[in-house]
Amino acid sequence: MSRKLMDIWVGFFVVIGFAALLFLALRVGNAASANLGETYTLSAKFDNIGGLKVRGPVKSAGVVVGRIAAISLDPDAFEAVVTMKLDARYHFPRDTYASILTSGLLGEQYVGLDVGGDERMLKPGESFSRTQSAVVLEKLIGQFMLNKASEGTPSNK
Amino acid sequence: MPDPSSKGALGVVASLGHTVNEIAQRLGFVARFFAAILLYSGQSFRRIHLTIREMYFSGFQSLLIMLVSSLFIGMVLGLQGFETLQRFGSADALGIMVALSLTRELGPVVAALLFASRAGSSITAEIGLMKATEQLMAMDMMAVNPIARVVAPKFWGGVLSMPLLASLFSAVGVFGGYLVGVVVIGVDEGAFWSQMQNAVDFRLDIWNGVIKSFVFGIAVSLIAVFEGYDSIPTAEGVSASIRRTVVNSALTILALDFVLTSFMFRGL
Amino acid sequence: MLFDDCLIRIDQLDFSYDDRAILKGVAMEIPRGKLVAIMGNSGCGKTTLLRLIGGQLRPSRGALLLDGQSVPDMPHAQLYALRRRMGMLFQFGALFTDISVFDNVAYPIREHTRLSEEMIRDMVLMKLNAVGLRGAHALMPTELSGGMARRVALARAIALDPMLIMYDEPFTGLDPISMGVIGHLIRRLNDALGATTLLVTHDVQEAFGLVDYIYFMSGGEVVARGTPDEIRASTDPLVHQFVYGEADGPLHFHFPAPPFADELTREVSDA
Repeated sequence: MSRKLMDIWVGFFVVIGFAALLFLALRVGNAASANLGETYTLSAKFDNIGGLKVRGPVKSAGVVVGRIAAISLDPDAFEAVVTMKLDARYHFPRDTYASILTSGLLGEQYVGLDVGGDERMLKPGESFSRTQSAVVLEKLIGQFMLNKASEGTPSNK
Repeated sequence: MPDPSSKGALGVVASLGHTVNEIAQRLGFVARFFAAILLYSGQSFRRIHLTIREMYFSGFQSLLIMLVSSLFIGMVLGLQGFETLQRFGSADALGIMVALSLTRELGPVVAALLFASRAGSSITAEIGLMKATEQLMAMDMMAVNPIARVVAPKFWGGVLSMPLLASLFSAVGVFGGYLVGVVVIGVDEGAFWSQMQNAVDFRLDIWNGVIKSFVFGIAVSLIAVFEGYDSIPTAEGVSASIRRTVVNSALTILALDFVLTSFMFRGL
Repeated sequence: MLFDDCLIRIDQLDFSYDDRAILKGVAMEIPRGKLVAIMGNSGCGKTTLLRLIGGQLRPSRGALLLDGQSVPDMPHAQLYALRRRMGMLFQFGALFTDISVFDNVAYPIREHTRLSEEMIRDMVLMKLNAVGLRGAHALMPTELSGGMARRVALARAIALDPMLIMYDEPFTGLDPISMGVIGHLIRRLNDALGATTLLVTHDVQEAFGLVDYIYFMSGGEVVARGTPDEIRASTDPLVHQFVYGEADGPLHFHFPAPPFADELTREVSDA
C-alpha cells in the first residue's frame, strides 16, 4: 500500500466521520435551532414552574422564539426566577403574559408568551410582570373537589 | 505465584492479597507506560505519517464492520421501538428513541466494543509479535525509540479514530431506524425527524456521546498497546495478551460508561 | 592488562534477574579492530552480556567501559548516540516484517540521517551487495530463507558503518553452506570496516576458524580465555568437553533427578 493511497483513504475516513458528526448535529440534534444567533435576555418570576427544564423552549403563537437559560429561586420572595434567551429579531410588549404550559397532555413544559397590546416593548434585562404558573395536577384536583365549582380558576393566585 | 499446597482460609487470604498486589503493580506499570507514551508523543507527531498509517489500519479498516453493525442495530431499534411505543400510542416518538439510544449509549459503547475486538486485538498482536521476534529490541539497539516509533502512533491512531467511528455508528444507526420505522413500517416522516430534533440536544446528547467515545478510545488504545508491549514473547504469551486486550477493554468500556453516564446525565 | 588498545573493558561485572545471578564477576577486554568470540553452553549469560554492552540492561555491580565511557551510567540520549555507532545482529535477524528488504536496510539510515533518497539508495544497494543480496532488494522478509534473512539483517546492522558489531548466535539453525557464508561475511566485514566484532556463539567449528580471540564462559563466569589454538589445547575439563562435544563431563547429560531405580519402583500414588 503506497503512502499516497493510504493518505487518501484516511482523508476519506476523516471526512465521512466529520460528515456523520455534522449529520448528527444538524439533522438528528437541534444544533441549528438551538443556535438562535443574536439573543437578548428576559426574566420572569413564577410561583411554581412545575417540570420546566433549562434549555426548554420559549414559544409565542407556537413558534420557538427562545430557550430557557437558567432557573433559580429568589430567596426573599420564594419565587422561581426563569431567565430566558430570546431571539433578537423578536420583541414583546410590556403587558405580555408569560405562562408555563404543557405540550400535549404529558409532553414537555415550555414558556408560552401571550402578547398584549402595549406600545412599549420589553428591553433586554427586564422581566415579565404578568406571569402564570404551571398547572400542578394534584392541586387542581384538590381545588376542584373543595370548591365543587366550575368557575374556579386553575391558577394558584 | 501462591503456593498451591497452602489451602484453607489462610491460603485464600494469601492468594487474594497476592492478586491485589499484582493488580496494583500492573496498574502502576500501565500509568508509567502511559506517561512514557505522552512524553514521546511529540517526537512521533513530528512524523505525522506514522499516525496516519495507524489511522488507516485501525480506523479506515474498521469502517465496514462499524457501518454494517450500526445499520442493523438501528434497524432493530426501529422495529423494537415501534413495537413498544405503539402500545402507548406514541409511535411518532420513534425517532427520539432511536436517536437518543444511539447518540447517548449504543453509538459510543458498541462502536468501542467492536473497535476493541477489530482494531485493539490486532494492535496487541502486532506489537506482541514484534516483541517476540525481537523487532522492538532491534529497533532500540538501532537507537530508535520503540515507544515513539511504534507504540505512540498506534495509540494516537486509535484515539483519533474512535470518535469518528462512533459518530458514524450513531449516524448510520439513525438512518437504519429511519429505514425500518419510516420506509418499511410507515411512521410519519415529519414526526420522526421533528420530534427527534426537538428532543435531541447537541451539547447534552451528541457532544457527550463524542466525549464518551474519545475516553473509550483512550482506554482501548492504551490497553491494546500496553498488552502488546507487556506480552510474554511466545506464541501463547501473545495469544493471552490478545485475549486480555479484548476482555479488559470490554470491562473497562462498560465500567467507564457507567461512570461517565452518571456524571453527564444525572439529574437531567 | 592484556591488550594495549581496548574498545571494551569489563571488570567485576555482576548481573542478576530478581534473585537469580546471571553474571558473576565477569572481566573482559575486547581489543579494538579484532574479532572476538564469547563462547559457552546455552544459558551461561552470553546474550545477557551483549545486552549489557548495548546498554539495554544495567549491571548490579561492576564497570563496563565502551570506548572509554561507562555504559551503565549514561543518560538515555547519550546511550542512543552511542548505539548509532553499534550494529547488532539478532539471533533470527529481527527484520521488520512489514517493510521490504530495501526498506529494512534503509531504516537506520532514514532514522538517523537526512540524506536524499538517491544517496540512501546507493548506500543500501552497496550494503546489500556486500552481503550478496542486491538482487533481493524488492523482496519482503517473509520471502527470504533463514540464511538470507540473516544476511539482510547483517546489511542493516552495518548500514551506518558501526565501530562495534555484535552478533547474537548468528549460526543458529543454518545449513552448512549458509553458515560458511555468514562466517566469511563476519570476518570480511570486520576487516573491511575496521570495526570491532563481538561474536556470541556456541558453534565451535565455525568460530574457531574465524576469530582472533575467545572468551569461554560457564555459569555466568569467564572460565577460559585465549586464541583458538590455546583454547583447543586447554586442559580445563569443561573447555575440553565443550570443544570436543562430549556428552558427559563436568556438565552432566542428565537434568538433576532422583535415582532412576527409585523412580521406577515408586508406586504411582494417584491419577
